[in-house]
Amino acid sequence: MTAVLEIAGLQKTYRSRKGVRRALDGFDMTVEAGQVHGFLGPNGSGKTTTLRTLLGLIRPNGGRMAILGREVPASLPEVAGQVGAIVESPQFFGNFTAQDTLSLLADAGGVRKERVVAVLELVGLRDRAKDRVKTYSLGMKQRLAVASALLKEPKLLILDEPANGLDPGGIREMRTLMRNLAESGMTVVLSSHILGEIQLICDSVTIISAGRRVAAGSVADVLKTHTSLSVKVALEPGVDMRNAIELLRANGAQVTVEHDHFTVGNAGNPAQITRILAEREIYVSELTPMSADLESVFLELTGTAPVEGQNRQVDQSAAAPAPASGGWGQ
Amino acid sequence: MSLYSAETRRLTKRRFTKLFLLGVTLILAAVAAGMFFTNEKAGPAQIASAQAQAQQDYQRSLEQFQRDQAACQAAQGTAQASNWPPGCEGMIEPTAEDFQAQWYMPPTFDFRESFPDMVTTLAALLAMVAFIVGASFVGAEWSSGGMMNLLLWRPQRLRVLGTKLAALLVFFTALTVVFSAVWTGLFYLIAQARGSSESMTSGAWQSIALMELRGLALVIVAGAVGFGLASLGRHTAMALGVTIGAVIVFQFGLGTVLSLASVKFAEAYLIPVWMIAWMDKEVKIEDYNSCDFSSASGCVPDSLTLTWPMAGGVLAAVFVVIVVASMWTMRSRDVT
Repeated sequence: MTAVLEIAGLQKTYRSRKGVRRALDGFDMTVEAGQVHGFLGPNGSGKTTTLRTLLGLIRPNGGRMAILGREVPASLPEVAGQVGAIVESPQFFGNFTAQDTLSLLADAGGVRKERVVAVLELVGLRDRAKDRVKTYSLGMKQRLAVASALLKEPKLLILDEPANGLDPGGIREMRTLMRNLAESGMTVVLSSHILGEIQLICDSVTIISAGRRVAAGSVADVLKTHTSLSVKVALEPGVDMRNAIELLRANGAQVTVEHDHFTVGNAGNPAQITRILAEREIYVSELTPMSADLESVFLELTGTAPVEGQNRQVDQSAAAPAPASGGWGQ
Repeated sequence: MSLYSAETRRLTKRRFTKLFLLGVTLILAAVAAGMFFTNEKAGPAQIASAQAQAQQDYQRSLEQFQRDQAACQAAQGTAQASNWPPGCEGMIEPTAEDFQAQWYMPPTFDFRESFPDMVTTLAALLAMVAFIVGASFVGAEWSSGGMMNLLLWRPQRLRVLGTKLAALLVFFTALTVVFSAVWTGLFYLIAQARGSSESMTSGAWQSIALMELRGLALVIVAGAVGFGLASLGRHTAMALGVTIGAVIVFQFGLGTVLSLASVKFAEAYLIPVWMIAWMDKEVKIEDYNSCDFSSASGCVPDSLTLTWPMAGGVLAAVFVVIVVASMWTMRSRDVT
């Protein structure tokens, strides 16, 4: 497979009176041709900065990037015709109609006029094409943004939160559209917080946290790497769960409390749980390995899982890569 | 070329552009209509009427003088004498020259004499519209996110901004040329119907054409400055804010401070004076606090003459500084 998008050691630093902030700190990413690739990260982790830098809107402080085998930003004008992108929320001039908006973009990019009608049909805006954009809902603006990205029949499609504002039907349509585009040979990079969606439609993912890559690979591989680490623990009825949780936490376990049970996220050796609890005469009634979903892997890798009694701040996320295997108790 | 035509379409499709063009057209139509209805052609009837009115006023004034003189004579030796000049001397008898018929003529539109003011009016209005439309053209693109969208399509920042500016300036050049031609034709017709165009020589036409050309330059610089300021601030309000700030600081603040400090030729620091110098070819500023005495003409104040090349230099410098600064920031600043 050939890489359509390659990023290596990307760095971006913002300097202000408050000091220096590293938005990207040696970030790496590779996307193979024909894939739907999920790009995940908590708020403020550097996702949008990466996409903006890749698309020439932000100047990087270091690292290298290539799109379709061409170094960017130097070759961006040559490859821009093959890259369709929306970055962050859709932004259009409100007093123009959708048709005018796309028609002006088509003019600016030298794209055939027939494409305007075709993409409006594709995203379901045909009947509202002559309405002013300011009368559109967020979901409709999102559809228009996707239409604008598809206008030039790109080889690489970069979509930042494309499902934002869409109704459930729209989300499903978007999912189908992404899959169809990938099947037609287009490579799609998808940034989203709807991790269930990413798990459903993406072939591969990159997870970013604090400006660095913390996981990458096919969705199956990323999930497999983290499957065995979490276990669900239930205690005998009537036993005070708080004592058990404090005991495990004191021994370094990452415990998440649920309604009638709790989970230990870094249980490399589940026997440790039973041993520690049994020593205090607390007996386990259920100990089940949990099959990880992308959401739990994401929360674990980025260190953004909610912790009882704590209010996590936006910039509080895991800076260093999480261990690929093993964990507490091993 | 495709980017250029897209930007021209974008500019002309904008409601803001259409509204301002409609507004300026209505104002210009009102000015032309006002000039048409307040002027009259000077024919034999108007001349006869003016002569009759002048004669009537002269007679009335003469009768009043005679009454006053008689009253003055009668008052001599009484307490009322203090109300009149001593010995009734110094009472000046009006003459027919004091009531010339030409002063009683209705206003008439002399094309050669009056049209230059109309050229300045047109240039000032179009310059204002060019400034605001130019600022909004790029400012609204920045604030709505349209500029970012465009850069995703054409990741050549200087080309995108330069093409936008070129589309704006070419549009306003064409608009000013068309408006100037229509404006000249309209006032020529007004002069024919309500005044005179007889004194127009080829030299006078040439002078008016050059004045209209200077008006075009003013419109272009105003458009570029509005565009450049809004691009620097990435918002329409930046251009309008700087303009309001400049008016307050330079026109009112600086003007007041300089006059309080009795600075020589304080008017030279005011923007409108330079604009008038540009349009009227020169402006003479006099310092009334000074006295350059000569036996022939007495006390003559010092003067400073601002000429159109000086004003042109200032306009060119403002144009270059603002356009270069906006291009430089476009090239170097991140688009966030």
